[in-house]
Amino acid sequence: MKANQYHRWLRAFKSAWPRTIPICAAFFAIGLSYGFLMHSLGFAWYYPAAMSFFIYAGAMEFVTINLLLSPFNPLHAFLLALMVNARHVFYGISMLDKFKGMGLKKFYLIFGMCDETFSINCSAKLPEDIDRGCFMTWVTLLNQMYWVGGALAGALFGNLININAKGIDFMMTALFTAIVLEQWDSIPEHRPALLGFSLSALCLLLCGPQNFVLPAMGAILGVLLLLRPRLQIAQAVSTCKE
Amino acid sequence: MSMSVTESIVTIALVVIATMLTRFLPFMLFPAGRKAPTVIRYLGQVLPTAVIAMLVIYCLKDAVFSARHALPELIAIAFIVVLHKLFHSMMISVVGGTVGYMLLMQHVFVG
Repeated sequence: MKANQYHRWLRAFKSAWPRTIPICAAFFAIGLSYGFLMHSLGFAWYYPAAMSFFIYAGAMEFVTINLLLSPFNPLHAFLLALMVNARHVFYGISMLDKFKGMGLKKFYLIFGMCDETFSINCSAKLPEDIDRGCFMTWVTLLNQMYWVGGALAGALFGNLININAKGIDFMMTALFTAIVLEQWDSIPEHRPALLGFSLSALCLLLCGPQNFVLPAMGAILGVLLLLRPRLQIAQAVSTCKE
Repeated sequence: MSMSVTESIVTIALVVIATMLTRFLPFMLFPAGRKAPTVIRYLGQVLPTAVIAMLVIYCLKDAVFSARHALPELIAIAFIVVLHKLFHSMMISVVGGTVGYMLLMQHVFVG
């Protein structure tokens, strides 16, 4: 029985790790930059380590650096994290059936469901003899190890890199800009992006840098809901195709 | 850091709780394959793009009101757009844009 269990996990591992290679490269590199960024802003190594492990949602980890450097505002932090990570709700909805009957593994699979892990677990076609639960657990675990490992390495070895780091905090802006551009190309409906820009800019000018996020989130949600009859997007983003 | 250690722990903990809420909520709300309401699925399609656009503005929030009114940031963003059109690579866009901005701040917009 024990040996059987061991083989089940081993077979799943052999099938899982090759599919995580592209993510390994990207996660380690971005994690490394994340750790280095926090190091250069004066945070001890355990900040990026704990944040990359427990938050484990790339965009929000970068935003959290900003929150830590601003005046203490817990409600703002909570709501911002809800909004930035709202997309996870839709990943969850598409995995409802796939995580069924996974026992204890299910809690870890949900905890570690970031964008990239979701995209593998959602689309992987597995042979009959591979246990789906073990496979998905490996994918989730490996991806998280790459990310946390990268962040830890960047934080610990940051002092070995002797460059003028002035302006490196722009990395966060660059990351979000690149994501917007990527989505702009892949989704033909541009009005949600344009609304996100214009409503946020408007609220920033009206309310100032300290107070604009909550009104901006409210305005975006409100206008998107009002436009619902006219913005029905044919593309089914939230369905998980096999 | 402008925060005390306790404040920073509270902030991180709240971000963790909110993030986990977004991941666990569907499994608490829709057990056993109950279908999600259409308005939720609609938001799933349109909200992510709008929120990322908001985050770009969020990153620029302090620069807009500074002496240079976000001019270096806008130049670097334009550079990222060019990189994206040329290479269509996330990595090149992020690294190129960041290095470009660092060079701008260290050599052009000095002081």
